[in-house]
Amino acid sequence: MNAPFEGIGASMKRKEDLRFISGHGHYVDDINRPGQLYAYIKRSDRAHAELRGIDTAAAKASAGVVAVYTSADLTGIGGLPCGWQIHNKDGSPMAEPAHPVLASGKVRHVGDPVAVVIAETKQQAKDAAEKLVVDYKDLPAVATVTDAVKPGAAQVHEGAAGNVCYDWEIGDKGAVDAAFAKAAKTVKLDLTNNRLIPNAMEPRAAIGEYDPTTGEHTLYTTSQNPHVIRLLMGAFVLQIPEHKLRVVAPDVGGGFGSKIYHYAEEAIVTWASGKLAQPVKWAAERNESFMSDAHGRDHVSTAELALAADGTFLALRVKTLCNMGAYLSTFAPAVPTYLYATLLAGVYKTPAIYAEVKAVFTNTVPVDAYRGAGRPEASFLLERLVDVAARDTGMDRVEIRRKNFIPKDAFPYQTPVALQYDSGDYVSTLDAAMKHADWAGFPARRAAAKAKGKLRGIGMSTYLEACGIAPSKVVGSLGARAGLYEVANIRVHPTGSVTVFTGTHSHGQGHETTMAQLVSDQLGVPFSQVEVVHGDTSKIPFGMGTYGSRSLAVGGSAMVKAMDKIITKGRKIAAHLLEAAVEDVEFKDGKFTVAGTDRSKTLSEIALTAYVPHNYPIEELEPGLDETAFYDPKNFTYPGGCHVCEVEIDAETGVVSVVNFTAVDDVGRVVNPMIVEGQVQGGVAQGIGQALLENAVYDQDGQLLSGSFMDYTMPRADNLPNIKVGTETTLCTHNPLGVKGCGEVGAIGSPPAVINAVVDALSDYGVRHLDMPASPQKIWSIIQGAPRMAAE
Amino acid sequence: MYDFEYLKPKALAEAASILAGDGDAKALAGGMTFIPVLKQRLNKPSKVVDLAALGLSGIKVSGETVEIGAMTTHATVAASADVKRAIPALAKLAGNIGDEAVRHRGTIGGSLANNDPSACYPAAVLAMGATIVTNKRRIEADNYFQGMFATALEQGEVITSVVFPVPAKAAYMKFANPASRYAMVGVFVAKGPKGTRVAVTGAGQNGVFRHKAMEEALAKNWSADAVAGVKTPADGLNSDIHASAEYRAHLVGVMAKRAVAAAG
Repeated sequence: MNAPFEGIGASMKRKEDLRFISGHGHYVDDINRPGQLYAYIKRSDRAHAELRGIDTAAAKASAGVVAVYTSADLTGIGGLPCGWQIHNKDGSPMAEPAHPVLASGKVRHVGDPVAVVIAETKQQAKDAAEKLVVDYKDLPAVATVTDAVKPGAAQVHEGAAGNVCYDWEIGDKGAVDAAFAKAAKTVKLDLTNNRLIPNAMEPRAAIGEYDPTTGEHTLYTTSQNPHVIRLLMGAFVLQIPEHKLRVVAPDVGGGFGSKIYHYAEEAIVTWASGKLAQPVKWAAERNESFMSDAHGRDHVSTAELALAADGTFLALRVKTLCNMGAYLSTFAPAVPTYLYATLLAGVYKTPAIYAEVKAVFTNTVPVDAYRGAGRPEASFLLERLVDVAARDTGMDRVEIRRKNFIPKDAFPYQTPVALQYDSGDYVSTLDAAMKHADWAGFPARRAAAKAKGKLRGIGMSTYLEACGIAPSKVVGSLGARAGLYEVANIRVHPTGSVTVFTGTHSHGQGHETTMAQLVSDQLGVPFSQVEVVHGDTSKIPFGMGTYGSRSLAVGGSAMVKAMDKIITKGRKIAAHLLEAAVEDVEFKDGKFTVAGTDRSKTLSEIALTAYVPHNYPIEELEPGLDETAFYDPKNFTYPGGCHVCEVEIDAETGVVSVVNFTAVDDVGRVVNPMIVEGQVQGGVAQGIGQALLENAVYDQDGQLLSGSFMDYTMPRADNLPNIKVGTETTLCTHNPLGVKGCGEVGAIGSPPAVINAVVDALSDYGVRHLDMPASPQKIWSIIQGAPRMAAE
Repeated sequence: MYDFEYLKPKALAEAASILAGDGDAKALAGGMTFIPVLKQRLNKPSKVVDLAALGLSGIKVSGETVEIGAMTTHATVAASADVKRAIPALAKLAGNIGDEAVRHRGTIGGSLANNDPSACYPAAVLAMGATIVTNKRRIEADNYFQGMFATALEQGEVITSVVFPVPAKAAYMKFANPASRYAMVGVFVAKGPKGTRVAVTGAGQNGVFRHKAMEEALAKNWSADAVAGVKTPADGLNSDIHASAEYRAHLVGVMAKRAVAAAG
């Protein structure tokens, strides 16, 4: 009898979905601890002001109030740490201003926390917060990167002259300058990567609890990486040793990067619960999410490409201003440098690349990694530039790409910007995407659209990303203050079922399914007999969490390493039981067999023997079957592919509709095709959101104009086409599974494909470029302006 | 939200008397605007008077009018075979307000009492020359809307129904705000017992307004081309991060043209 195939490559339905879709998910705000109090954070409504004093008397006297704290009360507490240090061109370290848990001396963005009120109910905490009298003296504010670097601009931090956090470079400037000097053609493009607000479905929340009898603190928090929070908050902010600090991240409703970082509210509830010896809960309201979750993107760049007469890329020069916001969030400095500029080679064999990145402070919410993190900014710049180069030089958009692709026999390929790609085949994904999208049939569809009064355009991006973050030694040399390995503990129970403890964290990705399939496949245990546990520092040895499409590539590889140890031990036990030499025992499909015989023992028989070691090599081998492994990746992984987008524009209103979207990605080995399809579709939805809809807008005084869903345009189902997803596989060469990662490809590959299609649709209007989002008003203005531009 | 006293009277007179006697009391219809406002602490009523038990929902269609009870939900109007037959444009408008959940709670009376400058119903009421019936009087549409969130309603006055004269031709075209999906520009055109009328919502700084130049053009020649030639001045129109006044003025023309074409 053949068992149903449940292993690597099967589209198993997600184990976790029963509880999610039946309302049984267990999120932080579902947790209530005995005697719990409620915290409400009073936030600045000013972008930039001196904080001259806070009168807390009326608030403290308000009904139900237990405590009111301002920065003056937080004695002995450190500021929020930054996990990455970038160095300037001259070798000096970046400016790293203090990031107090509660604003001290000044407020620097709308939403900056100034005080916390803790009361018996949330209502009472809110009522009391209204009675706080905050004495502000307004200061001039600066909201955009271009304004921040102007002479005489308002200064966000005393320690960051000219608002510059760092002025960094990568690549060979001399080689690039030389190539430009002799190039047959050069192309230049100014572009903006719009600022985004992550808007995970579940707002952030945190509960602090303290047990005075043991001195142990517990923090329940909406985190993508509970061990990282334990490390950062314990060591740098509150000085609580690891053995007295447990961090639990239960079900988490989406993160997209915004729940990686250590936030002030986590430290506040942990500290206050210790001080008050009562649990303290804080849960963000949606408007707080808009003004306190780290935002994403926000680059202003100039890109230049030098080409030979035949269209061969000779050199790329990039200058980028990026927004850090008012304070450095946990990974912020790494995003526009090592997750952005190192990706500027893309899929092309451009021999010389030079990039300068200047990070600046503004009076806005801190900016950090958001789905794709740096790589969408790189792919947008590069794939727009390539389209513009084709247009300016009269070459075909597809041919210019083919001509410059790194060929599939050139791997490993060393780029001029630090990375070494291990594998890829960019022609295969391009060909497959063009075929699935019927690129060849587009002219007929354009003509049909024209007949009904619509402008139709098609565009593509051939992109690459680096994920599976990351080799510890490499990132350490680049400024990371942590290692980026991953940890797995595989526990085979006495009767042969398996619990997998992983340091990664699932907040929508389906790890409980994918990882169970992986373990089921490798150990030959039924899928239903494998349980994946994540999100609790008291259960899992250690871990760096989930971001940068790393969970399978790094976390899954750690599982393979732990399973190898299980199998190695199992072979020894089997050899004993079967009275054979260890080297003659093979493991396959859940069975230990003496080579060339039918004598075998199942894994569950071995497990039972390991826990009931009556007939057991007890002198040489410990009982039990429970192994832990740390896996440090040898390199990043390099997924890539081709996205093709087709749009129709209503020229009268400027509305852009995405009518077709095809994504063909190389994500390495696919464990669960259904989950990969869903991950890519979700990423593409966010990419279409960035390209057409989403925009975080501040006015010049630093007020957030898009501070709610009334004004911040989230993509909705009716904004999206049926997204076609395909995969073409080359295996990662340096991890045991050959996997590359699929969480971010959608958000990285899609925005330039959409804008390339929009520009193509507007080709009759002489449009060379437009920045995101391609809103109806923007498209209408371009169409209105076009005849006038033509007349000039 | 702040604490308030919640009341659910069973008789209209009782509801009206509570509201008349307390300037800080507020009526609650479907609550699709009011409850978010309360949750954001933007309003601090002493009492919230729920109108749900007053028997104010229902649709009555005669040969010449469609009367819709104030507490009738958008979903009910959208699904009503009678409304679809008599004024299909009205059923369609109701079916495109908010989302499914909003349409099952939100009411026509609540929408008109609130008079959000981006709401859809005010355009239908003004363009068709409907009559707002209250517990005290009958108010003609032209006298009812008095600017953004302002109406002719007095304290203690409760809308009980809205009477639409059945038009010969009518259609509504909405250009939804990409984020909120409220009308960034909504144009209702109607030709009926009250004349040829064009009402614009979402665009004006003072809420819904009649577009006299388009009405004159359509009165002479009911055709899409007739309104396409009418320029809408940008003065007095809203401008925000989604649409400048000029873009809104342009969209008024496009939506009007499409509405006339849809009305046939």
